[in-house]
Amino acid sequence: MHIPDGYLSPSTCAALYAASAPFWYVSLRRLQRALRSRLIPLLSVFAAFSFVVMMFNMPLPGGTTGHAVGVSIASIVLGPWASILAISIALLIQAVFFGDGGITALGANCFNMAVAGSLAAYAIYRVISGNCSIGSRRRVVAAGLAGYLSINLSALLAAVEFGIQPLFFRDAGGAPLYAPYPLKVAVPAMMLGHLTVAGVAEAVLAAGLVAWLQRSHPSLLRATAPNAPETNGAAADGWPAIRPLLVGLSILLLVTPLGILAVGSAWGEWSPRDFADPAVRRQIAAVSLHQQPPSIVPAGLQRLSAVWTAPFPAYAPPFLRSASFGYLLSATFGAGLILLVAVGADRVFSGRRGSG
Amino acid sequence: MGSHGFLEGSIQGFLRALEHALESEELARRNGLLQSLDPRVKLIGTLGLVLAATTSRRLAVIAALFALACLLAACSRVPLRTLMFRTWAGALTFTGVIALPAVFLTPGPLFWRLPLLGFPVTLTGLRTAAYLVSRVETAATLSMLLVLCTPWSHVLKALRVLRVPVVLVVILGMTYRYILLMIAAAREMFESRRSRTVGRLDAGQRRRMAVSAAGVLLSRTMQLSGDVYLAMQARGFRGDVYVLDEFRMDGRNWVWLALLIALGGAAVWAGRS
Repeated sequence: MHIPDGYLSPSTCAALYAASAPFWYVSLRRLQRALRSRLIPLLSVFAAFSFVVMMFNMPLPGGTTGHAVGVSIASIVLGPWASILAISIALLIQAVFFGDGGITALGANCFNMAVAGSLAAYAIYRVISGNCSIGSRRRVVAAGLAGYLSINLSALLAAVEFGIQPLFFRDAGGAPLYAPYPLKVAVPAMMLGHLTVAGVAEAVLAAGLVAWLQRSHPSLLRATAPNAPETNGAAADGWPAIRPLLVGLSILLLVTPLGILAVGSAWGEWSPRDFADPAVRRQIAAVSLHQQPPSIVPAGLQRLSAVWTAPFPAYAPPFLRSASFGYLLSATFGAGLILLVAVGADRVFSGRRGSG
Repeated sequence: MGSHGFLEGSIQGFLRALEHALESEELARRNGLLQSLDPRVKLIGTLGLVLAATTSRRLAVIAALFALACLLAACSRVPLRTLMFRTWAGALTFTGVIALPAVFLTPGPLFWRLPLLGFPVTLTGLRTAAYLVSRVETAATLSMLLVLCTPWSHVLKALRVLRVPVVLVVILGMTYRYILLMIAAAREMFESRRSRTVGRLDAGQRRRMAVSAAGVLLSRTMQLSGDVYLAMQARGFRGDVYVLDEFRMDGRNWVWLALLIALGGAAVWAGRS
């Protein structure tokens, strides 16, 4: 993900330097105010740590290895502003001294990994971990997800930067001057490696380090969880801690009737009787490049569709007249089932931990 | 990957970084053209040439800049072998893999058809790949020359000419020093672990080992940060930082600055479409 010189046009590089500059300025001002004379040793040593951690060969599930960036653990231990500066400094030294990443592309690399990565990792970690205790397993999961998602966001930004190059920058003969592939090639090619390897390496490092810090140095997790209790208390890890999630879920449930606005059935989700309905057949052909569906129902579809009958077919129980209320009821029922499974699993695993 | 593969891979990476740092220090002390110039001249000149390489829309101009970089390397007694292994091979492998499909996928007039496979090689595709590879190689060579011919502390002080805040210059200098210290610490940790490990480790054990090493390094980092702060305070540090400006520009340096800027400007002008 370290973009070398030559992949991005000078104007893209300048735009991304300009996009990173306000974040560097705000980070430096905030940290100078908060840390005063501690700023220099803390950032220097932590940037060195980030640099060295980037060199670790992380063993991953499946027998392969990958390199992490360390942006998520920097955000979790230092907070997002210090992480932006520490990772930017590590990237600068990598680019200038070790030639890993370009000098003109440094603004882009810092924007993708240090700025977007730090802010995303911090936000995801804080939202998922909520106010649960410092020793809670939820913090480990939150760190892993923060690592995985933040690295993939950084990779997506880099892929978009690559993908827009051939749109704007070509020579007189039409040859792309910089990264040659359009978005439809650049995004999947970039994301494949990050969704399967680099994201997992970052998740393993972040989750593993948070679990390690919980056992060895819980105080280092305090900077981004100032009000979290030390131990697993019911008040901290119970329902109040996930209140924001429950409020969000309720809002989503209330807006589920918006699904009725969609006309027709989703592509590929047809039922056997749709093949006999001329109106639906016309709809299927219209959205399938005018390819007519088979005149008889495919035998496999006919056989398998009879295996299971949904209690709420088409998200509307047959006894309800209002489609909107049917959607709402189906959503509540589905979400309730998932919550019940989650609570059950939590009880089972809590019981095991308590007895272990 | 064998059970010790990740230990070996990480140790090799640490050793390469330490070798790289030592070799750079040694090359920066040689008597050569770039070594004799003021670091600010080298920084501005190199950045100008890198910028010219990235803006050029003509392959011939990029090739001329690459030749200029090689000439500067030869005059600065930087062995081509060092550039070949440390810069060209890595950049060519990484960028070559990315550029190769463009040779076949970019639409344009047919140049050649691969025997047996029948893939079409287009002229536009060849030019696309050549742009990418030549730009990457040229920019990487110029950047590497700056670092190989200038002590790191001088590169940092020269950053002041680009208005980089002095506090960042100090942080960069300290970071570099602690990177070397931490690489040495991590290498010792991994080597001691390798010497104590008998038999095969399963994937979970390998992951735990790597994460524990990172954890130990993190806790040392935080402790070191506190120790360094106390040591700085003991020496009278109160939060204000100063950098001694020992660079002096003489006539020869002004001539070289003008020459490098003129070459960069000429390359930008010649590289217009």
